[in-house]
Parts: sequence; C-alpha cells; structure tokens
Amino acid sequence: MTRLFVSRDSTALSLGAEQVAKTLQEQASSKGLDIQIVRNGSRGLFWLEPLVEVETTQGRVAYGPVQAEDVAGLLDSGLLEGKEHPLYLGNIEELPYFKNQNRLTFARVGLTDPVSLDDYLAHDGYRGLKNALAMPAADIVKHVTDSGLRGRGGAAFPTGIKWNTVLNAPAEQKYIVCNADEGDSGTFSDRMIMEGDPFVLIEGMTIAGLAVGATQGYIYLRVEYPHAKVALNQAIAAAYQNGYLGENIQGSGKTFHLEVRSGAGAYICGEETSLLESLEGKRGLVRYKPPLPAIVGLFGKPTIVNNVISLASVPVILDKGGEFYKDYGMGRSRGTLPLQLAGNIKHPGLFEAAFGMTLRELLYDYGGGSASGRPIRAVQVGGPLGAYLHEGQFDTPLDYEAFAAISAVLGHGGIVVHDDTVDMADMARYAMEFCVEESCGKCTPCRIGSTRGVEVIDRIVGNIDKDKNTALLRDLCDTMMCGSLCAMGGMTPYPVLSALNHFPEDFGLPAAKA
Amino acid sequence: MQDYQSQKSIVLDILDAHQSMPGNLLPILHGIQDTLGCIPSAAVEDIAKALNLSKAEVHGVISFYHYFRTTPPGKHTIRICRAESCQAMNSKALENHAKQTLGIDFHETTADEHFSLEPVYCLGNCACSPSMTIDGDVYGRVTPEKFDQLIAVCKGAN
Repeated sequence: MTRLFVSRDSTALSLGAEQVAKTLQEQASSKGLDIQIVRNGSRGLFWLEPLVEVETTQGRVAYGPVQAEDVAGLLDSGLLEGKEHPLYLGNIEELPYFKNQNRLTFARVGLTDPVSLDDYLAHDGYRGLKNALAMPAADIVKHVTDSGLRGRGGAAFPTGIKWNTVLNAPAEQKYIVCNADEGDSGTFSDRMIMEGDPFVLIEGMTIAGLAVGATQGYIYLRVEYPHAKVALNQAIAAAYQNGYLGENIQGSGKTFHLEVRSGAGAYICGEETSLLESLEGKRGLVRYKPPLPAIVGLFGKPTIVNNVISLASVPVILDKGGEFYKDYGMGRSRGTLPLQLAGNIKHPGLFEAAFGMTLRELLYDYGGGSASGRPIRAVQVGGPLGAYLHEGQFDTPLDYEAFAAISAVLGHGGIVVHDDTVDMADMARYAMEFCVEESCGKCTPCRIGSTRGVEVIDRIVGNIDKDKNTALLRDLCDTMMCGSLCAMGGMTPYPVLSALNHFPEDFGLPAAKA
Repeated sequence: MQDYQSQKSIVLDILDAHQSMPGNLLPILHGIQDTLGCIPSAAVEDIAKALNLSKAEVHGVISFYHYFRTTPPGKHTIRICRAESCQAMNSKALENHAKQTLGIDFHETTADEHFSLEPVYCLGNCACSPSMTIDGDVYGRVTPEKFDQLIAVCKGAN
C-alpha cells in the first residue's frame, strides 16, 4: 500500500484539494492500485497547493499545484513511485522556503494526519504534557517565563507573567480561554494550526490548566473557520477517549475539560475582554481594565486568555525547556513567530522563523516579490490596525521593539503586500470604515471618531479645506489613540497616519521627503 | 415569512438542550440559525423567557453580531471578503461584478430567493486572495469569470 497526502487545509480546499483527493481515490481504485490518502495539514507553501505528496523509498515526494485533471497523467507517469513529471517538486522539505524555517510550533503541520492521536504521539506529541504532569505548577510557569514567550496575538505581553498572576489568584474555579478569533486580514496561522495540528493546541491548553489550577478550557473560535471547528472537535474527542482530557488525565489525578465555542462574526471579540463577554453570552462589549482577566475573567473568575499560537508554543517549551526556546530570536523577542505572507505576493504562505529576519528578506528572498510583477509599494504588518510600511522601512528586523520604534506593530505576524497600483488614501479610509463597522460602541473616540474619520478623509481627498482637514484628521487620530478603551479605536490611527505620513501624495498633499 | 408557530417547538427544544450550559445564549442562537436559517424575531420572547433576560437584551445580542440574521436567507449564501489582503488582489472588482450579476447589494437576497450576498472580513484564506464562500465552501483566487462559473453550478444544482 502506498500512502499519499492531500491537505484538508482551507486554503488547499479553496483551490480544489477535495476534488484532487476524490479523483485520486477513484482512479487508483479503478486501476486496482492499493493507496491510502491521508488528509494532512498544509506545509504552508500555498502557491503550490493543492499539493500531493507520496511516501516512497526516497522519502516524501511532492507534486504541485495539482488539479483534478492532472491526476490521470500523474498516475500514468509513475506518481506512486515518485517519478518525474512536469509538476514534480521533489522533497518539499528541501525547498529553501521550507528548509530555512525554524519550525517549532508548526513542526508537525503538513507532516501528520491532524486528527490522528497515534500520529501525534509518534511525532513527539504529548511529551510536554508528560513533563508538566511530573512538575509542581510553579515550575511549569517558570519554564514558560524562562522561554521569554510573549503573547502571539498582538499585544506581546509576557505569557509567564500572565500565568503567574492566575496561578497566585486564589479561587475555587479558574479558566483557560483560547482566543481563536483570528480576524486580522493577512493572518491565518491560527487557522493552520487548528486545522493542521489541533492536538498541539489542546496539549498547550491542558498544560496551561495544570500550570494555574484551571479545570475548564474554552476555545473561542471564529465562525468563519468551519474546517477548524471540525478538526478541533475530532481531536478533542480522541483526546477524551484516550485519557488526555477529562478526569484523571493519564492517571495523574488531574482534571481538564475543553470545549469549542463559536463566535458570530464580530472582529472586536478578538479583544480579550470582549471575547469574555461574548463567551458569557452577551454582546461583545469591551470591559474596563482593571480588573485584569487574570484576576476577574470569565464568569468573574481568574482566567488565562491566550492566543492560539501562544498556547500552541507551550508544548515544545515544556518538552525541550524554556532555555531551548529562548535561544531563538533577538533582544526581548524570543523564540519564533509564524509569519504569514499574503495579498499581492508571488509566493504566499506561512513561514515560521526566529525573530530578527528583515521584512525585505521575507518579501523578496522567500515571497518572490509581488504577484503582479509590479513594484511593492506598501506593506501592512500586523492586521488592519497595523501600520503601512514603505520601501525605506523594509530593512526593519522583525522584532517587537524594532517595529515599535518606527510606530508600527508586528502583531500576529500577518503581512499584506500591495503593489504600486494601491491608493493609500483609499486604504486609510478603509481603516476608518472598518472601525465604524467593527467598533463595539462602548467608548466615544472609537464609535464616533471612526465615523468622523471617514468624513474627514473624504473631505481631504475631495479637496475641501485640505490643510484644515489634514490637521483635524491628525487631531482626531490623537484623540482615538489616547482616549479609546481598547486597541480597536486606539490603533486604527496606525494605518491611517502611516498612510498619511508615508504616502501623502495619494491624499493630494505634497510628497513626503525621502 | 414562515409562521413561527410551526418553528416554535424547534426553538423550545434547542432552549431545553442548552439549559445547564454556562454562557448559553450564543450557542442557542447558533443552534436556532443552523436549524431554521435565521433567528425569527418572534423567537426572541421565548429565548428571553427561558434565560430570564429581557427581550431587549436578547435582541441586543442578535443585532450586535454580523453573523446572526432575523430574515431567512436565499437558497445559497455568498460571502465575499472585503479585507485588505483581498483588496490588494482586486476584490473590489469582484464585489462589483457580484453585485451587478446578482442585481443586489450586500445584505440583500435576489428576488428569486436563490442567492443572498454578504460581506465578510477575512476568511483566513489571505494567501489566495480574493476569496469568497458559497454556503460555507471557500474559494480562492476568484476572478469574475470564476464567480460566474460557480454561480452557474449553483443554479444547475437547483
């Protein structure tokens, strides 16, 4: 029997992977070929999806991008033996885009069957939990603190400090909440983990539960990710059946329960306090802080709220130790960040790397420049609330502090590329419009400021009192930045002001000095 | 509009099934919309009563979230991504083409009730923009031509 791999990742599916898998199975059956198709996660080289990998004596040989109509030809030319074909790519792990990554969190994604517990165990799964079960809670937290891990959701708060706060908060009930409401444009690493290696998230949450004494976890998943929901629920069921979730985990006497909850299409619910309100069954209105969720969180109890990638990075830290993880990265940005290349880029995909590589390396050496072949003009890093960078800033290293120094954010690692046809006044207007659409409405600067922001930009572009309105826009941005309750209103000025400062000619203003 | 009396027992069953779940309002609303296609306004009273909330509170939650709807959708729901990555790959042309072809704007349903059109802000398919979904299936690198083909397949299936 020959094993073949065709991804079940949403992006692969969006390009026809389902039809490829179906056609492969049908044609192999009609030819009497003995094959088994494993539906793996994606390797993240999305310009090559749908990808077909074949297990041969020379290792896993890849072909791509494969469409259903290519299948017959592939089988005829010796697909099952890994023979040459125009779509032949060789061993995918040898391609520079893959080979030069530091895959710690994504180590198994694309390699294994995402919902097979046996496969997970065979590829170092649950080794972190095994270590954690043998440790006092404070030692687990210490490993996470030592690793230097900072929240990968965007705010970059040190994870160990957050955990320590919850550990020391006395309560009869505590919660672990996974923020799986990845709504930033250009980001898809959470989705890829949940679809491609859901057990690593489950393991990370279980370890978090042991670390702080929480017995119940929730994954708050955005409704736009139906495939992730299926994979998570399949993996959770397998974990329960095999004693990795529930009462008396692996005979340790410890308990951890886990459940997936669906969001309902509100971007603001990616903000941790809105998310908690939503989990409680209410409108996702931002809460005042303090009290911090670590002290008064879900249902009023001490709660860890962490992003998917933060929690999914925990198993490798507990497996190999905090120091191992800390050895990657630069400055105060330790470990790896799964970077996501999207928008107008030739080689879009996921690239997990240690902090410190430059944006330019990523855009050109790996991304291959723009998809349209035109010059790259503006790059938005960190989602819709992230700044637009111009060519002169592409040599900035990917590091939280280096980005902060140029009034930008790394956020969740999403990178959206625009070529020179982009109208940056339009993008600035869109940033305000998005805030109008998604503001929870609790605070005035965000709720009303964004509406006025759209109007002021329209007046600037429409050449009405240009100087006065430009000054007004800056004032408004200042108010939103300083007066908003959360990052929605507080950071919308980042894309707006960066567009205005770096690309003033698009607003009909004098060009910026080089 | 369908008579709520014929749907009431479904709503009551869903309410019953979620009785002891903490933070159960969103799961209940999902359950109702998954089953009935929307959350009938007439159901608000039953939901409020079962959860000991005011009708305003329940209505407030339904109207806060983009995903929930109170009117039945068309046979097929098309969601087109409007976020930055898709814009960088000309999703605006796709939006305009879709609106023109279907003869409706966002949040509307065609007169023959075949299609509803909704905006969506990121499907996590940013590596293959522009993206859209039809009834939950994601499609990447969607050109106006590909849009027409997909619509034709939907119509053929009806």
